[in-house]
Amino acid sequence: MAEVAKNNINFKSDLQVTSVNVSENEKQKALDVLQNTTLPTTRVEAWKYTRVAKLGKIDFVNEKATISDISNYVIDDTKCSFVFINGHFSKGNSSQEIPAGVTITLLSEINAPLSKSSLTIEDEVFNAMNTAHLTGGLKIDITSNALVEIPIQIIHILKGDSTISNFKTIVNAGKSSQADLIQGFFSESGESNFCNSTSEINVAENAVLRIDKIQYESEKSFHISTEQVKQDKNSNFRINTFTLNGGLVRNNLNIDVNGQNCETHLNGAYLLKNKQHVDNHSVVDHKVANCESHELYKGVIDDRSTAVFNGKVFVRPNAQKINAFQSNGNLLLSDSATINSKPELEIYADDVKCSHGSTTGQLDEEAIFYLRARGLSERSARHLMVSAFIGDVLDKITNANIKTYTRRLLNDRFGWEF
Amino acid sequence: MITINDLHAKIEDKEILKGLSLEVKAGEVHAIMGPNGAGKSTLASVLAGREDYEVTAGSVSFVGEDLLELSTEERAWAGLFLAFQYPVEIPGVSNINFLRTAINETREKKDLDPISAKDFMAMVREKSALVELDAKLASRSVNEGFSGGEKKRNEIFQMAMLAPKLSILDETDSGLDIDALRIVASGVNKLKNENNATIIITHYQRLLDYIVPDFVHVLFDGKIVKTGGKELAIELEEKGYDWIKEEIAQ
Amino acid sequence: MPIELAGAVNHSQYKLVMSNYTEDELAKDLENQEYKFGFTTDIESDKAPKGLNEDIIRFISAKKEEPKWLLENRLEAFALWKMMTEPDWAHVKYTKPDFQDITYYSAPKQSKKYESWEDVDPEMKETMKKLGISMEEQKRLTGTNIAVDFVMDSVSVATSFKSTLKELGIIFCSFSEAVQDYPELVRKYMGSVVPTSDNFYAALNSAVFTDGSFCYIPKGVRCPMELSTYFRINEGGTGQFERTLVVADEGSYVSYLEGCTAPQRDENQLHAAVVELVAMDNAEIKYSTVQNWYPGDKNGLGGIFNFVTKRGICGTNSKISWTQVETGSAVTWKYPSCILKGDNSIGEFYSVAVTNNYQQADTGTKMIHLGKNTKSTIISKGISAGKSHNSYRGLVQIHKNAANARNFSQCDSLLMTDECGAHTFPYIECKNSSAKIEHEATTSKIGEDQIFYCLQRGISEEKAIGLIVNGYCKEVLNQLPMEFAVEAQKLLTISLEGSVG
Repeated sequence: MAEVAKNNINFKSDLQVTSVNVSENEKQKALDVLQNTTLPTTRVEAWKYTRVAKLGKIDFVNEKATISDISNYVIDDTKCSFVFINGHFSKGNSSQEIPAGVTITLLSEINAPLSKSSLTIEDEVFNAMNTAHLTGGLKIDITSNALVEIPIQIIHILKGDSTISNFKTIVNAGKSSQADLIQGFFSESGESNFCNSTSEINVAENAVLRIDKIQYESEKSFHISTEQVKQDKNSNFRINTFTLNGGLVRNNLNIDVNGQNCETHLNGAYLLKNKQHVDNHSVVDHKVANCESHELYKGVIDDRSTAVFNGKVFVRPNAQKINAFQSNGNLLLSDSATINSKPELEIYADDVKCSHGSTTGQLDEEAIFYLRARGLSERSARHLMVSAFIGDVLDKITNANIKTYTRRLLNDRFGWEF
Repeated sequence: MITINDLHAKIEDKEILKGLSLEVKAGEVHAIMGPNGAGKSTLASVLAGREDYEVTAGSVSFVGEDLLELSTEERAWAGLFLAFQYPVEIPGVSNINFLRTAINETREKKDLDPISAKDFMAMVREKSALVELDAKLASRSVNEGFSGGEKKRNEIFQMAMLAPKLSILDETDSGLDIDALRIVASGVNKLKNENNATIIITHYQRLLDYIVPDFVHVLFDGKIVKTGGKELAIELEEKGYDWIKEEIAQ
Repeated sequence: MPIELAGAVNHSQYKLVMSNYTEDELAKDLENQEYKFGFTTDIESDKAPKGLNEDIIRFISAKKEEPKWLLENRLEAFALWKMMTEPDWAHVKYTKPDFQDITYYSAPKQSKKYESWEDVDPEMKETMKKLGISMEEQKRLTGTNIAVDFVMDSVSVATSFKSTLKELGIIFCSFSEAVQDYPELVRKYMGSVVPTSDNFYAALNSAVFTDGSFCYIPKGVRCPMELSTYFRINEGGTGQFERTLVVADEGSYVSYLEGCTAPQRDENQLHAAVVELVAMDNAEIKYSTVQNWYPGDKNGLGGIFNFVTKRGICGTNSKISWTQVETGSAVTWKYPSCILKGDNSIGEFYSVAVTNNYQQADTGTKMIHLGKNTKSTIISKGISAGKSHNSYRGLVQIHKNAANARNFSQCDSLLMTDECGAHTFPYIECKNSSAKIEHEATTSKIGEDQIFYCLQRGISEEKAIGLIVNGYCKEVLNQLPMEFAVEAQKLLTISLEGSVG
């Protein structure tokens, strides 16, 4: 059994070790990192506003589990959906009609060791843990020129107390291909369970890849996601991240724009209540010229919850003619809610147009008064204002089924009609 | 004043001017008309020395100097003025400060002492009245927050202050209401004398009701294809440009 | 190259040659651009041996004939400092100074207190003249309202207008004098805003500071003139560690200016100052800085390390406004801050930071909103040229009880070349739902359209850039007192000469 006490993440000795064939070399490297690093404290700049020490107090386990009815977790009624429970593939719940031009392989069924990961492991304890103790996942290959009309849906469900799932998604979008991916992260039951997910995404030349990611775990669960995206020239990548439930959620979204003439769109909405903590970190690294990136994140923060936004845009030397825009808006609904926003620009080229904006405020009481004077109840006036605020992010969802599903979740959790 | 001979110019490999020739003498007003994309604004930009355009052949002589050998500011010092189609906003720099710098640098090149503050302010008052420009606008930042009409009047005001030998008005009339048009035109007329010349680049004959040109040229596909008097402008207004195209085709 | 122009017939070639020529010219201009204040003054000085230990601190304290409590303060700060490490989170790279290779005390000899301006060493007067501080002239002219304190290396050498101010009860003197003459005031407020343990450089300063300025404005008094301090590092191998303490009692007003220069030297010299401002209820302090420490040469050799802690605390209905124009120093690490403790208090930060060649600046502010209805405004304009790096780092923190707090931040960066960097690191932390925070930042290249427009009006490129840059910084420059604004505008233009890429 892995000796990982040093990094403060503890596993019960009966932790089922991965069935995935990670190369010995990679695994050893990851284990070494785990041995030599501790969980980040708030003194580490990247974790300044998020405390993860709680994770060290739990003895994590991993077990296979079954769920009889998953209909609640189906985001889009597509024929191509892959369901994982605690990181293990649940064949019975999945409908594996794979569209033409797509090859999907379970990581547990790949005999050859996984090829070298694009994830950074040094100083990234959660990536190291994911590599060293990988539970399961899948690899999606989209052939060149394939136009995939059916979205590929990946549903991950946590079940049981202190369950940990180290989950991985690998996506290779081939040259001039176009595809849509849906990722859903849910929690069926249990306390203090933890989904540690990584995604390695390669968008080849001229390819279009769109991801809608919905996080709806429980107020008692932990979730850490890292998406490592590499974009080749002329490619177009979009990810919409909706964080609607979760105890402690941290999303690391790293985009390397390696080719010219790329477009990158990052949109996110986070709605928090009670004592939730949601932290969205993104890095868009413009390494070459003539690209554009757009980032729009909006949050509604209620009760005693805390939201963190840290968006960083790099424009490397000689990456001229970059247009990079970043916007973060926050609505505080309670006096005990906290927002920490850190939009950053690091620019080393001169012929660029970059801007960022961050606003924090509350609902405009004048506007609410106006709506009430026109006969709306205070409750619906507030909902109307909140939905107006968050609406432009919701509008970034182009798939109507996902939009409907997201609205349903918002209604379930907040009682808000959008 | 200015002699343009067989001028060819391109931008990013696209040839726009294809052998344009034109002569303007002191005391004359020339109007250049033509359909969209004929090269009217390119001509203005090339004469003013905008670097995006590359002159590939031809020559331009301006008051006895090889214009193309001069940098943009040297052309200005020599007395060439361009009224911009889209005047540029310079936040934080007052119109007054901008003009005083321009005048004093031009004077410096002519070995003249800087203009005194008193004379300068008197000149500002006199010239701003010419285009009915509110004195307040003179102390505001260059073109910042100006309406379209104010921007154009500001261009003529600057022209009055700098007293150039040759003024090129690039679409100065477009987007102006009739009152603003009258003001701009009367400003230009008052500045006209036997020692200076004006090139008016325009789409519309309307402006020429107020500023009467000595010559009207039709610019088409990078060349001047027809030259006439004021009546040519009226004909163009009535009949459009198609008949010119046909005439060329024949 | 220009010779080829005469025979050039091919216009495309001509254009190429022309632009190369211009760039070469500009590069030459850049090399020739010299630091105007790079002279040294030949004045004998009284120096402590190099190095830092308790004995040196005792030596400084003894030289200054300080009371025991102050020596104890210093020793305590030194003990704390030894346990601290130099911060490395700023976006700057430099070789850390060897703190044992610095002279911590250097005073112009015969630094007896000057009874009047006439007593000041003529050599010193000459220095001031070169710096543009012609006090004699100012004294003769009627209607000029600037009282100046002049700090060379570590010691305050001349304070003017002292008696005029005294009539109003205003104390404006060197820090050393204040320690002797107003020990209770100094003891009460020193370290009340920037505690000894605040950070590495503040602790170092608290241990070894040698002089600085002290200013106290009594209740209800509106200081009728600008108070000004000029700082100058003259000796080689010395550090300058001055302290400034400005206390504005209830309902008073003061406008304070500081200017900084240093001679041109190949070595890096350390400047670690501490500035504390106390604005009591209904008081207002306006603090302006024009910082032009030697920035190093065009290859990045030499220059001042400017590691400064500046902070003010606001009582009820009070206001602190920081304005800075930063053109000098090899490395700048500086965040003039406001603690908005009193209800309805206001904090402002207006900054222009210009970096050229290999300069690095990491500067910004902290606005800590504690009181209700507190307001802060941040306007920061960064201009990067050459191979320099210019970072804005600012914190806006709204505490739980700071109901109706308001902040507006605008951070603009202008890039002049393709080898420089402009970075923005805002930190926004909000724990109160009635707060309203707006942050905007833009980064862009100097507008080619604007330059062309100016050129067409006969304004040469250098002048055009000067105009555009000064216009770009206008919101900040407007905050400076008139005399300083003109100086600052010139300084901006000089700093950017030949810098367009």
